[in-house]
Amino acid sequence: MWEYDGFCASSRSISSEDEMPNVAISAKGLNRWFGEGEAKTTALRDVNLEAEFGEMVYIVGPSGSGKTTLLSVLSGILKPNSGTVSVEGIDIWSLDADRLADFRLNKIGFVFQDFHLFPRLNTAENVAIPLILRKKDWEESILEAAKYLDIVGLKGRADLPPVKLSGGEQQRVAIARAMIGQPDILIMDEPTASLDGDTGQSILKFVHENILNAKRCIVVVTHDSRIYEYASRILKMEDGRLTGTEARPA
Amino acid sequence: MKGVLRLAYRLLVNDKAKFAALLVGITFATFLMMFVTSMFAGILNHASSTVINIGASMWVMDPAVQTIANSIGMPDYVLDAVRSMEGVKYAVPLYSGGALVKLPDGMYQSVTVVGLDDTSLFGRPQLFEGKIEDIYAENGFIVVRDSEYSKLENPRLGSEFELNDHRGVIVGIAGAATSGLFGIPTLYTTYERAIQYIPNPRYTISYVLVEPKSEGDIAKIKQQVAALGYNALTKGEFMGKISDFYVFQTGVGTNILIMTVISFIVGLSISAQTFYTFILENLERFGALKAIGTKNRELVGMILFQAGFTALTGYGLGVGLCTILIVLAKLRLPSYAAMVMYTNLLLAFVMVLIITGISSYVGVRRVLRIEPFDIFRG
Repeated sequence: MWEYDGFCASSRSISSEDEMPNVAISAKGLNRWFGEGEAKTTALRDVNLEAEFGEMVYIVGPSGSGKTTLLSVLSGILKPNSGTVSVEGIDIWSLDADRLADFRLNKIGFVFQDFHLFPRLNTAENVAIPLILRKKDWEESILEAAKYLDIVGLKGRADLPPVKLSGGEQQRVAIARAMIGQPDILIMDEPTASLDGDTGQSILKFVHENILNAKRCIVVVTHDSRIYEYASRILKMEDGRLTGTEARPA
Repeated sequence: MKGVLRLAYRLLVNDKAKFAALLVGITFATFLMMFVTSMFAGILNHASSTVINIGASMWVMDPAVQTIANSIGMPDYVLDAVRSMEGVKYAVPLYSGGALVKLPDGMYQSVTVVGLDDTSLFGRPQLFEGKIEDIYAENGFIVVRDSEYSKLENPRLGSEFELNDHRGVIVGIAGAATSGLFGIPTLYTTYERAIQYIPNPRYTISYVLVEPKSEGDIAKIKQQVAALGYNALTKGEFMGKISDFYVFQTGVGTNILIMTVISFIVGLSISAQTFYTFILENLERFGALKAIGTKNRELVGMILFQAGFTALTGYGLGVGLCTILIVLAKLRLPSYAAMVMYTNLLLAFVMVLIITGISSYVGVRRVLRIEPFDIFRG
């Protein structure tokens, strides 16, 4: 059996392919509300979810349905009021703050809706951040970042500040930053919201073809039905509940 | 932590406008604090110029004396009594007083006259021109060539002047470690000539200069002098007494304190506001870093490093700027009353640390409060 190895930078420690557990994320009975009394808003109501490695799971639904809250709970950012989240068999919400931060750093890659790139750092430095946070040597991190920029099709842009890049290119930088630590799980929050239709399509196509593999699970929150074709599964969310699955376009 | 700090450094210095504003704030505050306190130190130093220039180890004086300029005459027996005290190696009289000099063009100029003990000439200045023994010549005076020298129309050896209807002749031109505070020239002569030329009350000894046999005798001498009804102070104590007078009795200290506090407030407001704006502008990114997996202590380390780096750079620039200005001023005005001391440097450094501490506290609070979930929510 594979074991929790202290969130080492390398991906999952697996003794053999046969023993590999296929469940990446398992969430049970998740409830999350904000405020108290009359101001109480329930964002998640008894949510149960499983996502497997090799899957690209989409969570779709109208605004305010709880998608982002679910994503935050699954990725160790927002603690649920009740319920458990296991990632690769580890109950992440039983970890203390430092180990939870290590978990996010080593196991999860984040692609934020607004990219959240540092405008004062160049592209390579932005991409290298997860490695720098893992205390890897600065110069080595930058070299590694240049390789990842190459992978996402931004060769020769390493020294440019993000503001000099188009929206699609910035999204690619964000993906490179999320991927540089080789996380097992990639979390993408509205990855096409800041992009035009064609660019959004090409980004998701890129992720589907180049990032998704048998040892990785990708969870995407989106409104954008134009990118549904890349999903392995589409989970519908409404009023804080997972209400079913949506058919993937042929 | 090294990589995280380098990240913090890059984030700071790459935001050139904010970094410049932060540096200006800290530099300006340091400069003002340094300048004001250096001026104060200079004033106090100049106020004790005669004590420094004479260089005696101990000074015996009337208890009512507050500054060197306001000497109160002591009877001759004090000198004899001090000379006979246990632990005293030698003791000499010193006259210090003011007089009016009539210059060749008919104008009058105030001067400080220092009368040195006729026998030993203890406390004599270092001569640039002339011979010290010429001070015994008829009407002989030595003039100090400091920034006030020109007020006596740049006298040369042999130049004559009138002092209280007595003829005076310049027989030597001397230097002085420190010039006086009040901008008047200094003339040295013998003690006997000084009390002869300058109208005096009954008692003529301004101070008795004492050299103890050893450090250990100082306390004993003080005790014996106190029994006579007078005060014996070491050089440092006398300078401290003069400083206390200017600090607490003249309002100079209060004004300097107010100026220093204003400098501190100006520096604090510029720096804290700019640093807070810097943090606010990067708040979402700090939140993103937190989401990615940066620990709170690493974020605090980043902010403290940014604040500390800015503070040290600004402090260095402020000190440098102040020093350059004082050096330039002293080139034009040799007796310019400002001096950079370790105390000034330390005070300004502590103030800058407080400014940095407050600025970074505000930033740290804000960054620790940001929830990564807010980054997801947008």
